[in-house]
Amino acid sequence: MRNNWWKIWSAVLLVYTFVAGLLGPVPSLPLLQETIRNLYFHVCMWFAMMILFTVSVVYSIRYLRTLDLKYDIYARHFAVTAIVMGLLGYTTGAIWAAYTWADPNKPLINSFSTIARDPKLIGAAIALLVYFAYLILRDAVTDIDKRARISAVYNIFAYAILFPAIWILPRILPSLHPGNDGNPALDVKNDISASMRLVFYPAIIGWTLLGVWIATLKIRIQLLADKKLMS
Amino acid sequence: MNKLGKLLYKELLLESRQQYSFYGLLLYIGTTLFVLFMAIDQPAAAIWNGLFWVNLLFICINAVAKSFLQESRGRMLYFYTLTHATDFLLAKLLFNSLLMLLMSSISLLLFTLLLGNPMLQAAPFIGLVLLGGISLSLVFSFLAAIAAKAQQNAAIMAILGFPIIIPQLVLLMRLSSATFSPLLTVSWTSVALLVALDTLIVLMSVILFPFLWKD
Repeated sequence: MRNNWWKIWSAVLLVYTFVAGLLGPVPSLPLLQETIRNLYFHVCMWFAMMILFTVSVVYSIRYLRTLDLKYDIYARHFAVTAIVMGLLGYTTGAIWAAYTWADPNKPLINSFSTIARDPKLIGAAIALLVYFAYLILRDAVTDIDKRARISAVYNIFAYAILFPAIWILPRILPSLHPGNDGNPALDVKNDISASMRLVFYPAIIGWTLLGVWIATLKIRIQLLADKKLMS
Repeated sequence: MNKLGKLLYKELLLESRQQYSFYGLLLYIGTTLFVLFMAIDQPAAAIWNGLFWVNLLFICINAVAKSFLQESRGRMLYFYTLTHATDFLLAKLLFNSLLMLLMSSISLLLFTLLLGNPMLQAAPFIGLVLLGGISLSLVFSFLAAIAAKAQQNAAIMAILGFPIIIPQLVLLMRLSSATFSPLLTVSWTSVALLVALDTLIVLMSVILFPFLWKD
């Protein structure tokens, strides 16, 4: 129980997010209207993805320092969970964009290529592609130690280039997405009202903890499977 | 420093002894350009720009892939006993940059000959092409090292490298499209950004290569 307090927090915060997020007061803005509640879900997915990718890189660094295969398993499963969060971020974003950005006079599919050109979407797509490539690279190498080493090197290299890039792209491409002028996502202080921030911050923590929880479960299964393999 | 010079000399010597790969690359540029020449005549400036950079990307993969893939396991072991990882890597990076400088100049020349010349400010564009060639070669050299260690071919380099290179490519395309207009100027902060990214790539390669190098 002593080690599970954060799981309880995750559940409590997520229940709060759903209740306060769907029932709480939100400013009524033209165009956005009630879709603004998606903020508690869509934006939090990206926060969780970024945090989990960072955790994955930290474990890759720890692997290279210690050459303990445990850390390689950690790095992989945090990356996979982050990818799932990213895909959910895209899904929630697509639903949001369908009601706010898409041209209502045309079929939804016609707006797709215009919306997909947005620099924030490109940045997110690059991040996901890099980590898909990471998984492909892992599967391409059969030797366990070599696989761990090569994929850790790629993980660190890609992350080190990816993150400056995500900060650069929005500065050079035009965007409809909130938080312009070089901000990679949105300006928390000015774009979100005070009452919404009361739900938004707990929501980020709740979703991130949920991601960590999923990843740790997958890691435990993998470690058990590996133990069975070795004995 | 002396070792670095010797390793670079070795690369140049190998290239001059096995010229098939160099001429193969030249032919690759020539035939690609000829296909483009047949497919479209006199493209608009924006299309010219896009074609040029995508073409340079594919040339880079073909030029750089060989650098690590050609080294057999035995030869790598031999280098391991002789030199330090940093010297070995820097020699490869330098050689690939030189190769890409040459190849990007040649493809620029052929592009202007066959597909027309949309440049209104030639000098900044040429500078960007050379800088772009170096940027591409740096990223793909390190990925070639990863691909070689994973015992994979050039295809995995493309998978690993394309997402990483997109931001730099977008920056380069943005900057170079400015040189197609008489009024716009190339923003120096963006050029500085590109140089900073290149430095970051070299640094990361130097830090991470020793882990790939040990078997």
